[in-house]
Amino acid sequence: MSTNVAYYIPHKAVWPIIGTGGLMMMLAGFANYLNGNAIGPTMMILGLMVFIVMLTGWFALQSSESELGMYNHSVGISYRMGMMWFIFSEVMFFAAFFGALWYTRNISIDWLAGIGGGPGKSSNLLWPGFESVWPTNGPGNVGGDYEEMGAFGLPFLNTLLLLTSGVTCTWAHHGLLAKNRDQLIKGLMTTVGLGFLFVAFQAIEYYEAYHEMGLTLGSGVYGSTFFMLTGFHGFHVCVGAIILSVVLFRSWKGHFTPENHFAFEGAAWYWHFVDVVWVGLFIFVYIL
Amino acid sequence: MSAVTAENDGHHDHKPAKGFMRWIVTTNHKDIGTMYLVFALAMFFVGGVMALIIRSELFEPGMQFVEPQFFNSMTTMHALVMIFGAVMPAFVGFANWQIPMMIGAPDMALPRMNNMSFWMLVAGILLLFSTLFVEGGAPAAGWTMYPPLVLQTGNALPFAIFSIHLLGISSIMGAINIIATIFNMRAPAMSLMKMPLFVWTWIITAFLLIAIMPVFAGAVTMLLTDRFFDTSFFDAAGGGDPVLYQHLFWFFGHPEVYVLILPTFGIASTIIPVFARKPLFGYASMVYATAAIAFLSFIVWAHHMFLVGMPLVGELYFMYATMIIAVPTAVKVFNWTATMWKGAMTFETPMLFSVAFVILFTIGGFTGLMMSLAPVDFQYHDTYFIVAHFHYVLVPAAIFMIMAGCYFWLPKWTGNMYDERLGRLHFWLSVISVNVLFFPQHFLGLAGMPRRIPDYAVQFADWNMISSIGAFVYGFSQLLFVYIVYKTIRGIDCEKATDEVWEGASEHGLEWRLPSPAPYHTFETPPDEVPTEHF
Repeated sequence: MSTNVAYYIPHKAVWPIIGTGGLMMMLAGFANYLNGNAIGPTMMILGLMVFIVMLTGWFALQSSESELGMYNHSVGISYRMGMMWFIFSEVMFFAAFFGALWYTRNISIDWLAGIGGGPGKSSNLLWPGFESVWPTNGPGNVGGDYEEMGAFGLPFLNTLLLLTSGVTCTWAHHGLLAKNRDQLIKGLMTTVGLGFLFVAFQAIEYYEAYHEMGLTLGSGVYGSTFFMLTGFHGFHVCVGAIILSVVLFRSWKGHFTPENHFAFEGAAWYWHFVDVVWVGLFIFVYIL
Repeated sequence: MSAVTAENDGHHDHKPAKGFMRWIVTTNHKDIGTMYLVFALAMFFVGGVMALIIRSELFEPGMQFVEPQFFNSMTTMHALVMIFGAVMPAFVGFANWQIPMMIGAPDMALPRMNNMSFWMLVAGILLLFSTLFVEGGAPAAGWTMYPPLVLQTGNALPFAIFSIHLLGISSIMGAINIIATIFNMRAPAMSLMKMPLFVWTWIITAFLLIAIMPVFAGAVTMLLTDRFFDTSFFDAAGGGDPVLYQHLFWFFGHPEVYVLILPTFGIASTIIPVFARKPLFGYASMVYATAAIAFLSFIVWAHHMFLVGMPLVGELYFMYATMIIAVPTAVKVFNWTATMWKGAMTFETPMLFSVAFVILFTIGGFTGLMMSLAPVDFQYHDTYFIVAHFHYVLVPAAIFMIMAGCYFWLPKWTGNMYDERLGRLHFWLSVISVNVLFFPQHFLGLAGMPRRIPDYAVQFADWNMISSIGAFVYGFSQLLFVYIVYKTIRGIDCEKATDEVWEGASEHGLEWRLPSPAPYHTFETPPDEVPTEHF
């Protein structure tokens, strides 16, 4: 008998259309909000609620099917491949923003200052006196004066937090493999806790940036790259922590076995990915 | 185990559900493939109507029918609809139908996500169409959406951007599903180098999609924040650079055009051997050439930007890197030709389209090679020459092979032979009109007519008129295709198709060893033996 015989093919799927509807309503609502239409926020919240219902329902369905033993080894491989390539697509999403940071710092501000082989010296006529230094809010002093975000305050602490959470996540995994439920749950709780602590510290960091340092999303290209990179990362930390919370809940319910715990693995991979992105951010956004 | 399964999905008879809900909640790869193909066909006509509005306006010099702003909306929307609504979904439809049957799998690896991928596509296209009805009109800055121009779009901008996000999510889901299916669901006997070329080209396309769609999503997100949240990514005053957008866009955009053409190659490599009654010439070299083209597609993007003011070394690098693509592409054209060489050929409709594809794609490839030369491109850039070039590789290549694929596999899908006489008529109408439509655009471009302009100097009048006549003949000829497909599906005046459909086809692909029409569920147990004709 071949492996394909037992490959589980569901015969209907109601959550995808619900999730799509929710996401579409959320985005259409956001677009309406941006255009200043009063209906926007309502649509967004409704869409978000539908989306959350979809996530809850779909996750519940998947975990109950998994508990019924409907997913064999082969299905597990499909899920792992799916997660792996999803994370790769996320890597490419961040690559766009890292690429923007690299391009700005190494090419466009030099050219604006009339250095290098790009548009030549015409920039000196357009923006006389602009010097190529980083950080910058550009020759137009867009957003007004600001202070640079230092690396060795909260950001360094956050680096330690996130790296530690990577270790506790792996510790939990070892607990799972050794059938040590206590270690699994403690490890996961620590990981989730560290994750949310990271987000809280980042919120404080942002608050200080906006209220004490004059550094905002509108502070020229430095503010743009700083907040978009760290902001999208912070969003991914939230998503990762929520996924890990679901996994924690399932661990607490006693769902996983050393042989069958894709949900844990997927969440852990995602968490390590978020971790690695942060290391990249800490080096390229904060230190260099 | 089986008791558990039966308890949970309700129907162990493995027949499709009845009624309308079947299509909404389906997880069956054949149902989803059908939905993709029907949707793509509908969008092909919507995009086609937009094209005919453009060609009507350009029939004569002067302003005739539409406002310039609306004209520019049409060029923008025509491109977005054709790329994201017609060609890509058509190929995903083929992938859904064919890949499981070609590799001996019971279905796609992630059936629920497969369903979501389709509905995300519909949602994305609906958001895109909604821009036609908002204040300020649909996006009109071209499908490339360069800032700062695109930031002047009215209320349509956020809708267009979110539509791209949804389309991107849809493509990524589809691509992940295809990768998991091909790597995890193949019949044990089917090693990678025994896979049909269509499967090979799709897996490489899927990798391209996963790598590029997020970058596009990131780039348009920066457009959104530049417009609504005060960022300065593309604003020189704040230290940003509009050219950065072009780099990000074309890092997506260049591999994207190979997303449109690689599955085209795959269909051609599947059809030509069947009608030449020979194994595909140079199977391994076809695989490696596809991979080489995909790799090169990531390192040539700035050839779309020769006029943007790059340093000389950049111009030279992107020029030479681009020219290298001609090598693996030529390997492919050589292999198709060599496959036909001394073959016992017959010319049924799929083969007619395929032969036309080899010739006309080569013309499109040569004009591409011309424009890869930076100093030459300085003249051709943004003229009708580039319009002629990419339409030659998209219409008589991608669209023709989609048509060929439909004729080729419709008998397997429906159990009925299409009307060969009408099919050939459709082919000849298409192949003649498509050349009347696009060949004169080369002359217009070389003479200096710019693209995306609703009016033009009188010296361009004659060729524009001829081109527009070609456009109308081509457009209306496609209605014949709809009629043929409808007739075949309904089985009106059709012969029943045999299981093999095409003489000797079962030596070329697993799908031809299945009954016609293919049952709702196929290869629930994998086949013991797979065709080895590739060698």
